[in-house]
Amino acid sequence: MNESAHLWLIPLFPFLGFLLNGILGSRLPRRLVSAIGVLAPLVSLVVVLGDFGATVISAASSCPTCGQVTALALPASESLSYPWLAIGALHVDFTFVLDQLSAVMLLVVTGVGFLIHVYSVGYMKDEPGYARYFSFLNLFLFFMSVLVLAGNFLLMFVGWEGVGLASYLLIGFYFSRTSAADAGKKAFIVNRIGDFGFLIGIFLVLTTFSTLSFSKIAALLAVSPDWHGPVLTVICLCLLVGAAGKSAQLPLYVWLPDAMEGPTPVSALIHAATMVTAGVYMIARTHLLFDRSPVALWTVAIVGAATALFAATIGLVQNDIKRVLAYSTISQLGYMFMACGVAAYSAAIFHLVMHAFFKALLFLAAGSVIHAMGGEQDLRRMGGLRTKMPVTFWTMTAAVVAIAGFPPFAGFFSKDPILYAAFLQGTGGKLLWLVGLITALLTSFYMFRLWYLAFFGEPRSEVKHHHSTQLSMLVPLVILGILSVCGGWIGIERFSAYLAPVAAAHRPLPTGNPFLEAILSIVAVLVALEGWLIADKYYRRKPERPAAIAAALPTGYKVLLNKYYVDEIYGALIVKPLLAFSKFGLGGVDILLAGVAWLFAGIASITGMILQRWQSGNLRSYAAWLAAGAAAVLIFVLLSNGWLHLGFAVGWKGWPLR
Amino acid sequence: MSFLQHDVPISWYLFLSAVLFSLGVVGFLIKRNLITVFMSIELMLNAVNLSFVAFAYQWHEVRGQIFVFFVMMVAAAEAAVGLAIIIAVFRARSTLAVDRIDLMKL
Amino acid sequence: MHLILFFLFAGFCLAGAINLLLQTHPINSALSLIVVMTSLAVLYLLLGAEFLAIAQIIVYSGAVMVLFTFVVMLLNAGREERTLGSRAASRIGFPAVVALFAVLATILLHAQGLGSAHLGEGLSNAPGQSNLVLLSQVLFHELLLPFEVTSVLILIAILGAVAIAHVEGSKIAGSERTAEK
Repeated sequence: MNESAHLWLIPLFPFLGFLLNGILGSRLPRRLVSAIGVLAPLVSLVVVLGDFGATVISAASSCPTCGQVTALALPASESLSYPWLAIGALHVDFTFVLDQLSAVMLLVVTGVGFLIHVYSVGYMKDEPGYARYFSFLNLFLFFMSVLVLAGNFLLMFVGWEGVGLASYLLIGFYFSRTSAADAGKKAFIVNRIGDFGFLIGIFLVLTTFSTLSFSKIAALLAVSPDWHGPVLTVICLCLLVGAAGKSAQLPLYVWLPDAMEGPTPVSALIHAATMVTAGVYMIARTHLLFDRSPVALWTVAIVGAATALFAATIGLVQNDIKRVLAYSTISQLGYMFMACGVAAYSAAIFHLVMHAFFKALLFLAAGSVIHAMGGEQDLRRMGGLRTKMPVTFWTMTAAVVAIAGFPPFAGFFSKDPILYAAFLQGTGGKLLWLVGLITALLTSFYMFRLWYLAFFGEPRSEVKHHHSTQLSMLVPLVILGILSVCGGWIGIERFSAYLAPVAAAHRPLPTGNPFLEAILSIVAVLVALEGWLIADKYYRRKPERPAAIAAALPTGYKVLLNKYYVDEIYGALIVKPLLAFSKFGLGGVDILLAGVAWLFAGIASITGMILQRWQSGNLRSYAAWLAAGAAAVLIFVLLSNGWLHLGFAVGWKGWPLR
Repeated sequence: MSFLQHDVPISWYLFLSAVLFSLGVVGFLIKRNLITVFMSIELMLNAVNLSFVAFAYQWHEVRGQIFVFFVMMVAAAEAAVGLAIIIAVFRARSTLAVDRIDLMKL
Repeated sequence: MHLILFFLFAGFCLAGAINLLLQTHPINSALSLIVVMTSLAVLYLLLGAEFLAIAQIIVYSGAVMVLFTFVVMLLNAGREERTLGSRAASRIGFPAVVALFAVLATILLHAQGLGSAHLGEGLSNAPGQSNLVLLSQVLFHELLLPFEVTSVLILIAILGAVAIAHVEGSKIAGSERTAEK
C-alpha cells in the first residue's frame, strides 16, 4: 500500500512551526505563537497514531484466532525514498522508514513532546523569547523525527547532529547567563566527540558494506550468517562512542548535569525522554551489527552498568533538584545500555518508553515546584509542599514510585526484564545483575530522599506563588502520571512480540524459567523497599542524621558532592593542554598573519616612498620622464612591428651616398 | 660638375629633421629658462614640419603640406597662449627659472 | 646646386639649433631660433613647397618669434642662473634622447624606397599646376571645415591669451588716465 507518502508529514509540521515561530514569532501575538508551537507536534502525533494504529490493526487482523499481536504478516516497513546522493559508488537516499521500532519511538517523541509543549505554554508564560523557545522546540522535534524515521546512517546522522544543535540552542536559551552559555557549549562539544566516533563508524560501515541503508545492510548480513569479523567489532565500538556521547554514558556524560541550565521543560523533553535516548535507539536500530560482535556487546553492557552505578552514587548527595534528576537520567540510561549489552533490545526500548513517561513527569513536576518556589532549586530550602501543591505532589509520587520499581507501576515492568536478561548471561551477567540491583537500591533511596525533602517536613522557605498552578501545566502532569501508573501493563511479552521483526536478537537467548524470574523480581522489589525505608529513616524520622553522617565521612561526602571531580580532571587533562596548545598555535598564526600584514604594509609604504620622489614638482624631471616614456613607447611599437631589429649596430652600412 | 648636379636624397632631409628634433628635446631638458624651454618646443615642431614636407615631396601628396599648414596655425595659437601663461607665471613667481617653479598652485 | 644649397642651409639650421642650446641669455636663443626657421623656409623651397616657405617666414619667423622676443624683453629675462639642476633630467633624459635619436636614425637609414629631391620639381603629379593651386584646391574643398575651425581656434587663443595675461585692477589703465589728465 502506498500510504507511505504521508511519512514526510511527520517532520514537516514541526519544521514549519520552527520557521513560522522563528521568523515571524516576535511579531505575532502570544496566543498564535503558542497555537503554532503546540499544533505542530499534535499534527505529527495524529499522523503517527494513524500509522501505529494501522500497523496494530493489520497485525491483529492477520491473526484473528490468537489473542496476541503477532508480527508474521505485518508489512515489514513502510518506506518513502527520495534520491539524494549518487557520487560514484556511494548511493544514499532520503529514506524514511516506519517500522515497529520507529513507530514506538515516534509515539514517545511526538506524544511526550506534545504534552511538554502544552506544559511549556504555562511554564514559559512570563519569559521573554517565548517565540524563540517554541521555534527551537519545534526544530528539535523536526530533527528528532528525522533521526527516528531515517532509513540509512547518513540521514540518521543528519538528525543526530540536528538534535545536538537544538539541544545547544535550548540549553543556552537564557544566553545572558554565562553558566547557561557555557553549558550549551559543553553539551555541543562533548556531543561532538561522540559524533566523531559515530562518523568513523559510518565510514567503516561504508567501506565494509558499500551501502549505508539499514535494510540493505540487513540483507547483506542475512546472506552471510556466520560473519563475525573484527571489522564488525570496530564498527560497533565506534558506534558505541557516538551513542555514549549522545546518551551521556561514561566517559562522555559530563554535559548532562550542566544541561540543567536550560528551562525545565527542555530538560524534560530533551534530556530525559527523547534526545538522550537516541543512543539507545541507534543501538537498537543497528542491533544486527552488534549481535555479531560479542566483544562490543559486553562493552556496551559494562559501560551501561558502570554508568548506572556511578551516576547513582553521585545522585545520592546532590542538593539541586534538577541535578538529582539529571544523574538519575544518566543512571537509567545506563540500564538501557546494559539491556542492549545483553541483547535484550526490546527490554531496552520498553524501559526507554517507560522512563520517558516517569522521567518527563518528574522533570515537569520539579518544574512546577521550582515555579511555585519562585526559581528556587535547592532541596535544602524546600519542604512541606505536600499540602500546598496537591496535584504536583500526587503525580510526582506516582513517578517516584514508578522509577523505584514498585509494582504495579511502570518501572517494575520495564526494569525487571533487564535484570533478568542480565542474570542469564553467565557469571559476567550475574555481576551485571548485582550492579543493577545495587543501583536500584540507590535509585530508590535518592528518589525518595528527593520526595521527602521537597514535600514533607516543615517548610524551610516561603512558597512564592500561592495560586494554584495553571491548567496547561497540570493536565500534562496528570496524563503522564496516569501513563506512569498504567504504562507498564502492556507487558514485556506483548511488547517484545510486537518489536520482534526489527529488534529480535540474532542469536538465541538463553531461556530461563518463570520461577527464577519471579524470585528475581521479588528480590528487586525488596531492594527498592529497603531503599525507601532508609530514605524514610534519614529524611523523615531523623532529619538531622544525614548531616551527621556527612560529617563522619567528610572526604567521601565531598568526593560524591563534587561528582568525583570528573569535570576538574577533564579540565586538567584535556581542556587545559588543548587551550595551551591552541594559544601556542594561535600565537604562531598571529605572528604569521601579523608578518604577512606587515609585509604588505611594508611593500605599500616602500613603494609609496619610492614613488613619492617622482612627484617632485620639478618641471625638468617631468620633462625627462616624458622623453623617456616617449622613447620607450616608440621603441616598443617599432619592435613589435618588426621595423626595428636589435642587431642594428651590426648592420649599419654608413651613409647611403649615391 | 656631376657632384653639384647631384640630387639630395630624401632621407637626408629626414635625418636633419631627426637631428633637429633631438636637439629640441635636449634643449627641453637642459635649459633653465622657461621661455627657452618653450622655444625648444617650437624647434621640435619645426623639425616635424620638415619631415612632413619631405614626405609630401616623396609621395607627391599635397596633404602633407596641408598638415604642415595646420601645424603652423596651431603652433601659432599655442605660442600665444603659452607665452601668456609664462607672463602670468612670472607675475606670480617673479622668476623664470624652471627649477623654482615647482608648486602646482600659483 | 641643390646639394650646395642643402648643405648650406642645413648647416645654418644645425648651427642655429646648437646655438639655441648653448646660449645663456634667452634673447640670443630667440635670435638663433629665427635663423633656424628662416633656413627651414629655404629648405621648404628646395622641396617644392613654396607657399609653406613663405608662410613659415611670415607666420613663424615674423609673428611667433617676434612674440617670443617681445615677451623676453617684457619680462626682462636675464641670463640664466645656475640653479639646482635636475638629476632626473641628466640621468634619464639624456639616455632617452639618445635612444630616441638612435631609433630615428636607424629607421631612416634602413628605410627603403625613399627617392631623391630634384630641384624645381615640386609635386609632379599634377603638371602645370603650381603648388599653391593644389594646396588651395584641397584646402577649400575638402578641408574647408577644419580651415574655418582653425580660425575659430586662433580666435579662442587670442581671447585666452588676453584673459590670462590680463592684470587685475588694471594699473596700466589707471596710469593712462592720470597721464591723460
